[in-house]
Amino acid sequence: MPLSIAVCVKRVPDTAAEKKLDDGDKTLDRDSVESILNPVDEMAVEEALKLKEANEGEVTIVCAGPEGAAQQAIRKALSMGADKGVHLKDDSLHGSDAQGIAYALAQVLKKGEYDLILCGAESTDARTNLVPPAIAEHLNLPNLNFVKNVETSDGKVTAHRETDKGHDVLESSTPAVLGVVWGANEPRYPSFKGIMAAKQKPLETLSAADAEIDASKVGLDGSKTEVLEFGARSTERQKNVVDNKEGDAHVKLADFLQQQKFI
Amino acid sequence: MASPERLMHLLSEDERALRKMVRELVDGELRKLSTEYEERAEDPKQSYQKLAELGLAGIPFDPEYGGGGERYLTYLMVIEELARGWLALAIGLGVHTLACDGLQRFGDSSLKERYLADMVSGRRFGAYALSEPASGSDASSLSTKATRSNGSYLVSGQKQFCTRGGEADLLLLMARTSGEGPRGISAFIVEQGTEGFTPTKVENKMGWRSSPTWELVFEECPVPEENRIGNEGEGFKVALSALDAGRLGIAACSIGLAQAALEASLRFASEREQFGSRIIDFQGIQFMLADMATQVEAGRALYRHAASLKDAGVDYSTEASMAKLFCSDVAMKVTTDAVQIHGGYGYIEEYPVERYMREAKALQIVEGTNQIQRMVIGRRLAPR
Repeated sequence: MPLSIAVCVKRVPDTAAEKKLDDGDKTLDRDSVESILNPVDEMAVEEALKLKEANEGEVTIVCAGPEGAAQQAIRKALSMGADKGVHLKDDSLHGSDAQGIAYALAQVLKKGEYDLILCGAESTDARTNLVPPAIAEHLNLPNLNFVKNVETSDGKVTAHRETDKGHDVLESSTPAVLGVVWGANEPRYPSFKGIMAAKQKPLETLSAADAEIDASKVGLDGSKTEVLEFGARSTERQKNVVDNKEGDAHVKLADFLQQQKFI
Repeated sequence: MASPERLMHLLSEDERALRKMVRELVDGELRKLSTEYEERAEDPKQSYQKLAELGLAGIPFDPEYGGGGERYLTYLMVIEELARGWLALAIGLGVHTLACDGLQRFGDSSLKERYLADMVSGRRFGAYALSEPASGSDASSLSTKATRSNGSYLVSGQKQFCTRGGEADLLLLMARTSGEGPRGISAFIVEQGTEGFTPTKVENKMGWRSSPTWELVFEECPVPEENRIGNEGEGFKVALSALDAGRLGIAACSIGLAQAALEASLRFASEREQFGSRIIDFQGIQFMLADMATQVEAGRALYRHAASLKDAGVDYSTEASMAKLFCSDVAMKVTTDAVQIHGGYGYIEEYPVERYMREAKALQIVEGTNQIQRMVIGRRLAPR
């Protein structure tokens, strides 16, 4: 049966780039760095495209953010093979925390009918892991988080979640919200034709009002969390000297490596 | 911000996305693979398939046959980016493009229907067979013969230095159909595996080892008359016209290679410390890097200018020669300086620059030696 899949994506600063925070409102200065489609979201897009190829259907990309970079993130996903995009663009969203964005995305998602809503389980900038479960909560849908190997059949979705000892197989009814884990797959490169086709694909822009977003629940003021302070990470290296006074340096070294889970 | 990044502002949105994709492909997998394939001196068939899957085998060709219909400039941008990570692969794609170019410009519609659609989609890759053991720079003296026989030609002779001649599916072959000189030459499409066509020997080269260079032997190899491109006697025109476009490809390859050498040098000079400071802080090194960066930028501007002329539909042959000459000389100079900046480390295989220097040398030789380029440019300048 054809599937209707939404994938929520975010633009993030290039993983390799040096990031800056704005001194004023303590949000990330997104203009100072090259931004990319969140790599974990790329894996969610790939998972969605694989589901589409196996079942037929349609993949819709949903992204909230300012004009240029959000549209670039959507275009990238469209050039990989997604079918259409929805861009939630409203200045009132600036500074929203994870729950604020999850609420706003949920409002957008309510406007469509989706069998599956996929997200990257986390973004490489904020790493809160909160957005997929919060979207599920707002939509009152089941949430399978940190998953890969997503498959569907007869109104059900199954997925694997890795554990320390193996993996769990999770099953839920659809619609459902899934957080796709880092490393779930190797996202395809967009093809030349995909890139050229991307700009012809439908891209709908919604304002907060269009999505019936309650302004008091988003933006810096609507956020339940607040960044009080920030500072650069200390680059001082930890130095542990293993002495061999008692002839047991090898044991200490092995213990250390074990504690750090290197061995 | 490095200059190549500023170039982004001159690109269309599609070109930016395309460049980003190729960069990810190169940095993500191709560069690493290139080391392995160079070491094994093996043709990377799967990587060509990957290029085909991504739609990169036919960027500048007619959409009617499934090509991308993009500017030649856009194609060259892709070539430069590929060469930045894997020169031999960029060369292979360039040679394929050379064969497609000859077919698109001079082939009749039935020949294009039979071959061009397969080529621009990358289902079949092409190679270009002009040089012979005794005719290199003096290409119009070639002696491989194509003799008419019952609606076909029988081709006999030997070709030399044919890039991917044993791997390509189709050859753009130049052979003599009548008397001496350029007017006796015709161009043909020859399928790999045709009876009487044997790739006989792979050369053992100083660089570009993952791009096999073949000696090809033809012994009464039958080629159907409809596989002739253009009229009898027009083959040299086909060959030269494809070469003009090919020279721009070599120019873009040169700049990609030089860019890689520059980036490696900047990385090394920023990390390497001597006399208590990073060597990039010594003016002697800075001046070398400044010259390298300036030459790369000048070369890029020149080949992009020549390509813009081609895209505008005006004669660009002189500028193509200038771009090939200048950019390949830049590649040689910049890669040599890159080895110098790396010192002893530049001379060993642990760092990539010794390979870059070996690879640069061939760029001054192929698609017309740089002496031939000067001759072409000079002749155009001298009043007749």
